[in-house]
Amino acid sequence: MTGALLWRGMLAGMVGALLSALFALAFAEPQIDRAIAFEASHAAPAHHAMPGMAAPPVEEELVSRATQKGAGLFTAMLLYGAAVGGLFALVFAYGYGRAGPLGPRTVALLLALAAFVVIALVPALKYPPTPPAVGQHETVRLRTAAFFGMIALSLFAAIGSLWLRRQWRGQRDAITVFLLACGSYVLLVAIAQATLPVIDEVPADFPATVLWQFRLASIGAQAVLWLALGITFGSLAERCLLRGRRA
Amino acid sequence: MSTAAVFDDPFIPAGAGAAAPAIPLAEIAPWAVLGALLATVLLYFVSTEQGAFALFDGMYVHEFVHDARHLLGFPCH
Repeated sequence: MTGALLWRGMLAGMVGALLSALFALAFAEPQIDRAIAFEASHAAPAHHAMPGMAAPPVEEELVSRATQKGAGLFTAMLLYGAAVGGLFALVFAYGYGRAGPLGPRTVALLLALAAFVVIALVPALKYPPTPPAVGQHETVRLRTAAFFGMIALSLFAAIGSLWLRRQWRGQRDAITVFLLACGSYVLLVAIAQATLPVIDEVPADFPATVLWQFRLASIGAQAVLWLALGITFGSLAERCLLRGRRA
Repeated sequence: MSTAAVFDDPFIPAGAGAAAPAIPLAEIAPWAVLGALLATVLLYFVSTEQGAFALFDGMYVHEFVHDARHLLGFPCH
């Protein structure tokens, strides 16, 4: 059963990624183009150069913009979708039937909403996605560590809150316990966000509307990915489980 | 007393018998190890290769996945 669910998770993840990439093509790519135009108009310091290397006077295009927006975007999103879809299916396989008698489509939808909040939205509140021309190359390691640290702490906070919910269950009515668990997640995330380093590398004259539109489109693309993944996986898993009953 | 139901798709037991609602952990474990390993490799190449770390020389991977990296919030460059 787990293997069958894993395949379906990867498939559902790729469906979500395809829709998300189409959404990004329509709403995020225009902002990326504007950010690159801003970068070019500012006779960019060596953003793309590796440290220690002299910046080339004219930056040669290793991969054309057309490829980055087309094959590059879709390939990367499909790989990402397949990976998170597989992990999603594994969490579903563990949680389904253990979180009460909820149907597969309900579990998949709620799990997708939770994953969007915990993995995409909450880390983005601390470290919002940035278009090209924002961010200094020298700090990429710090920023990468801080970003993955934020995702990990958000996951730990969510798991901790689920554990607390189980401890409290039966002492109050379910909705009260649920709200208390949500409150403890918010508190743990607030502590994590206050502890992690502040990163603010937006150039002073970077257009605010481009930044806002890019971030909105980026978080929107994540929402599309997770919702489409959850809805698609729910239907696939339901059919898979029904077939398992009959067999 | 009646309760409102929005999430009313029927529960289908996933375990071996009718008394087993969930998939046993022993069945999930090997898939979880395999899946997590493969997912880590894929996620590393989409998110980090030729950014904070580089297994291969050059910037081709970085430039190819460039837009998705910005979009998904990973520090790109």
